Amino acid sequence: MQPAGVAAPLKVDITEKTFRSAEGVTIVALRGLSFEVRQGEFACLLGPSGCGKTTTLRILLGLDRQFSGSYQLPEGGSNRIAAVFQEPVLLPWRTVEQNVRLALSPHLRDKALDWLFEILGLSAMRSLYPSELSLGLARRAALARAFATEPAILFLDEPFASLDERTADRLRRLLMTVWAARPTTALMVTHNLREALLLADRIIVLSPRPAQVLGIFDVGLSRHLRDAPALNNLVSDFHKRFPDAV
Amino acid sequence: MTAGFGSENGASASRRRRTVPRGIGSMLPAVTAVASLLGLCLLWSLAAEIWPSRAFPPPLEVWRVIVKEAASGDLGYHLAMTLWRVAAAYVVAMVVGSVIGVLLGTHRRADSFFNPWLVLFLNLPALVVIVLAYIWFGLTEAAAIGAVAINKIPNVVVTMREGARALDPRFAEMATVYRLGRLDRLRHVLMPQLQPYFAAASRSGIALIWKIVLVVELLGRSSGVGFQIYLYFQIFDVAAILAYTLAFVAIMLLIELLLVQPLERHATRWRRRPA
Repeated sequence: MQPAGVAAPLKVDITEKTFRSAEGVTIVALRGLSFEVRQGEFACLLGPSGCGKTTTLRILLGLDRQFSGSYQLPEGGSNRIAAVFQEPVLLPWRTVEQNVRLALSPHLRDKALDWLFEILGLSAMRSLYPSELSLGLARRAALARAFATEPAILFLDEPFASLDERTADRLRRLLMTVWAARPTTALMVTHNLREALLLADRIIVLSPRPAQVLGIFDVGLSRHLRDAPALNNLVSDFHKRFPDAV
Repeated sequence: MTAGFGSENGASASRRRRTVPRGIGSMLPAVTAVASLLGLCLLWSLAAEIWPSRAFPPPLEVWRVIVKEAASGDLGYHLAMTLWRVAAAYVVAMVVGSVIGVLLGTHRRADSFFNPWLVLFLNLPALVVIVLAYIWFGLTEAAAIGAVAINKIPNVVVTMREGARALDPRFAEMATVYRLGRLDRLRHVLMPQLQPYFAAASRSGIALIWKIVLVVELLGRSSGVGFQIYLYFQIFDVAAILAYTLAFVAIMLLIELLLVQPLERHATRWRRRPA
């Protein structure tokens, strides 16, 4: 038994996940995928496109139950999970603030969120509808929604894909600022090595399909020291350890 | 030179058009509608002048009948009866049709099983449903409203089924991850997505329903516009027939303008307006 307030880590042990194509061909997406995310750490699942990262995340989010194996989500805290999807998935008919508050459990709907909108630079956009936001701003709103719930674990599915590099970089730094203000266990899926090296404590490196864990890369370096030259060093370190990955 | 002048005039004209105050700009469609209706009246009275007949009264005479019937209270009573039947049949048809439509749209097997039923009911003549309802359930208010609703339900089902098929699964997944309650899902996720389909079904529904209500009243009720029209048909009083018809059409128009359109504007306020 864990003491109250201390969350057990995320444990994943998926034996097999298969898809059946329209022609009846069976495709193995995941086989023998097992890893752990420690309490309070920011982990990245890094693997080539189409290796089954998003499939893994959908299983952990409870959106896909057709698999064999098991996983254990952290307990304690708010006991909730939050997700930032590849697209923002904001309800177009609700304002930014309504979108964020809807994700909260009913008795917390009125809680103060000024700090969150402030950090993410959304204070002036609270009453706008998603169609009035740029893609970058919509993603910030999606981040606000995820952090507002104070989740026991946060899942991010390539949240910065399809943004131009400058916007993506601003958002990555914003993510780190919010995360520092409200630390939570987080698992992010990405195929972008530099992004993983910039954000993560540990990188779980996956093989091409069917996804298996090739190894763990401990970034080690403190986040505020990860400037461009440090990142270049990390990239070459990474390639030395995983010459075939990504 | 002249060409230069012309283009300059054109430019200033377009600038002037753009600076028309918003109030007048938004009034323009209403003014156009009134002018168009006046034109129709003019054409009608002209035709009535050319071919004078008791079976083709001029608009002024129809207006006199409207005033007379309104003063006696008959017009108000029969309009109210018809309006209440339209409203009741509309509510029943929309609620039942929406529930069935959404269920069929989200359950493929149920859809393929019930689809033949739907085709059957879609092609059942309104008259048959009304006559059978009166025979089976008697000449009652419930039978009348039920018969109208059954005529409309298949249309609502078809439209709402399309709406349910077009539901975006990403919103449902978001709702699952963030553990939205049933009511929240219905109010914030499901209904806004179905709203355009609901509006379409409503629009076509209300027009269809009031036409069928008249038949129901003609066949088995002793009040309402349909009953009055039947009465005046027996004495060939075309002016009175037109008076009741136009009065009711006017009421439906008012409902459309004062109730349906503002509601729809409110429901679609989040859509980006053309600048």
